[in-house]
Amino acid sequence: MKDVNVLMVGVGGHGVILASDGMAEIGMENGYDVKKTDALGMAQRGGSVVSHVRWGKHVFSPMIKKGEVDFLLGFEQLEAARWASYLRPGGVAIVADVVVIPISAVTGKVPYPSWDEIQKILSQHAKAVYLAPASKIAQEVGNPRAMNMAMLGFLSAFLELEPEAWTDIMRRRLPPKFVESSVAAFTRGAAEAKAIMKQRR
Amino acid sequence: MKQLLSGNEAIALGAYHAGITVATAYPGTPSTEILESIARMEDVYVEWSINEKVAVEVAMGAAYSGARAMASMKHVGLNVAADPFFAAATTGIIGGLVIVTCDDPGEHSSQGEQDNRHYARFGKVPMLEPTDGQEAYDLMQWAFDISEQFDTPVLLRSTTRLSHCKTVVEAGKERKTDLRRPSFTRAPEKYVMVPSNARVRRHAMEERIAKLRTYVEDFPLNQMIIADRKLGVISNGVAYQYAREVFKDASHLKLTTIYPLPENLIRRFAQEVEQVIVVEELDPFIEDEVRRLGIKVRGKDFIPIIGELTLEIVQGGAIKAGIIPAPKKSPKKVETAPPQLPARRPQLCAGCPHVATEYVLRKLGFKSTASGKELQEGELVVTSDIGCYTLGVYPPLAALDTCACMGASIGQALGLEKAGVPNKIVAVLGDSTFMHSGITGLIDVVYNQGSTTVIILDNETTAMTGHQGHPGTGISARGDKVRRVEIESLARGIGIEDVNVVNAFDVDTLEATIKRSININQPSVIISRGSCPLAVRSKSVPYKVDTDLCVGCFDCMDLGCPALIIADDVVRIDVDVCAGCGVCAQVCAQEAIAKG
Repeated sequence: MKDVNVLMVGVGGHGVILASDGMAEIGMENGYDVKKTDALGMAQRGGSVVSHVRWGKHVFSPMIKKGEVDFLLGFEQLEAARWASYLRPGGVAIVADVVVIPISAVTGKVPYPSWDEIQKILSQHAKAVYLAPASKIAQEVGNPRAMNMAMLGFLSAFLELEPEAWTDIMRRRLPPKFVESSVAAFTRGAAEAKAIMKQRR
Repeated sequence: MKQLLSGNEAIALGAYHAGITVATAYPGTPSTEILESIARMEDVYVEWSINEKVAVEVAMGAAYSGARAMASMKHVGLNVAADPFFAAATTGIIGGLVIVTCDDPGEHSSQGEQDNRHYARFGKVPMLEPTDGQEAYDLMQWAFDISEQFDTPVLLRSTTRLSHCKTVVEAGKERKTDLRRPSFTRAPEKYVMVPSNARVRRHAMEERIAKLRTYVEDFPLNQMIIADRKLGVISNGVAYQYAREVFKDASHLKLTTIYPLPENLIRRFAQEVEQVIVVEELDPFIEDEVRRLGIKVRGKDFIPIIGELTLEIVQGGAIKAGIIPAPKKSPKKVETAPPQLPARRPQLCAGCPHVATEYVLRKLGFKSTASGKELQEGELVVTSDIGCYTLGVYPPLAALDTCACMGASIGQALGLEKAGVPNKIVAVLGDSTFMHSGITGLIDVVYNQGSTTVIILDNETTAMTGHQGHPGTGISARGDKVRRVEIESLARGIGIEDVNVVNAFDVDTLEATIKRSININQPSVIISRGSCPLAVRSKSVPYKVDTDLCVGCFDCMDLGCPALIIADDVVRIDVDVCAGCGVCAQVCAQEAIAKG
């Protein structure tokens, strides 16, 4: 079993915490030692959210060291750019089709960067950058809040565990009325990742 | 069974299995979830206390009866509770009494940073500190046993990282059921601290600490790991985890008994290794003690005394200090300057009931910082305290002048007035902080004939920490309806004659009321009341901008509402974000904003 270090970043309301909780739980159930920690920065009040998830044989620090993140999951594009330098050389950035413009970009001097600029920043650190249509998938499965599950699905395509390891726990843990749409979003996310990877090869 | 628990959940479960029957707390990040977790368990009395002082007093009273009791709070909460904490240390208890203090290195969500390990030495009370969730669970059982065995309150310290970090916990115990039946045995020499009794207890305290010094030497959760003898690392709390990862091959001494420290164990460890370093967050608490033992030690000369530690800080410091070699650089990438990205600061939510009041205060105080407008000196001084509304210090609202500690705004306002400041002075605070410690300041204003205007921003919940009840809400910690303490009646009852209750979303009435109150020569209370939209999950029909009418004056942008966006030189409203409060429509002179 390989150690896995995932940094999930976004803004309040995108389900970053739920996704990182889920990922930690899945790791534990599949025999890893896990630690997960959040930096919330008053997230519900528009601040950024950062979640560290670590799977390993024995995990000491809950926080991942800068430059040692295997997967950067950006639930929002600006936040993905902000945390790009945490990726290890050879790490992978997966970024959602989500933009939330902070008030400082509306009233201040530094504008919100374009996707091209964000991609450039990420490419300085990442081996590969993927734009995940997570928000689009969530809309299509009829549950806008399932964006986080589409992101987990996308990530799962890069990891060793079988899809059932993920969907089983979603069935057990999520409120019944969200299960089907969440599993659908997860499955679509995984399929999307595989399709893009195939294309790139 | 293995479970994934946050540090706070592990503390709660540990206390539950240790058999607590009384749990008290005042909400405060990062400690809040401890009581919230216990409130989901059966056969425990739980309460949100009015403040931390009362929380410790209630828990102490329960422990006098032989019950096991716990009070939990954030680091600054223990400042509020210091009086009963020291008193409990003096009298001792019968049942176990554990006070959980959650420190916040790095001030993730606090007005200050302090190392509460000093309270243990100050109060002559034993302190335990876990390094992960498993130890948090295990140490709670030990904490209650120590408390009862040595007739002393016990401090259990956590930090934000530990409290909010989820780790794998094996909760090996069942809930202790052989609990004592609560009864109070009269013992004035122990419980009545008149000077003659207190003098006797002072000796008992010193004897107790002496016994504890021996006890901690064999404490099973302190751990010595001998590996490479060139370097010996002493650490505690979450810093232990960083130490193990950065100094992989070194020898380690993990300490969970923070006070008193196991001096002989430390001496033995120092003899096993060539060089001793201490890795600890905040003050050199352990390092100073190690040095006092005559051991050559390094620590704070390369580990910062300020802020939260991380792997990169510990590693970077140790490399600079020559303790470990720098890693061999892989073919170096060209270091690029970090990109310039817009900041994402927390801000008041769309539909927040505090916005209109702070907007009016800023307007009356002439403190505009909105883009394109000149910053002017305020003629109004606005003292504040701690809650969501403190975010109104940031532009564009920029409405506040002070924030020291909870409830302080009223006393500060009176002080400014009595010192003779020529400005009009307004004190603002929240409904929960008014109950916490604002009410005492307000009584002081009445008694000492101040003329302060006090605005209570009443969002009918303790919002910042995640919507806990308080006496003004009439909702208990378990969610039951209880008798509500009405703020307006309370204010009238202590002798405030000018008490006003205003709809927090009514800009004109707020402005008129504040203007009138600051110009009368008597104390006023204005209760600006409106529910927190996150608590009631309410959302009305969003508003819309008529872009033909919008002239681009951007007066509405002074509200700092996250739903307002500038696009093509006019304002637009993000319908997904707008909560439909209608405050922006009221401030628009062009009448360009209306319900959509």
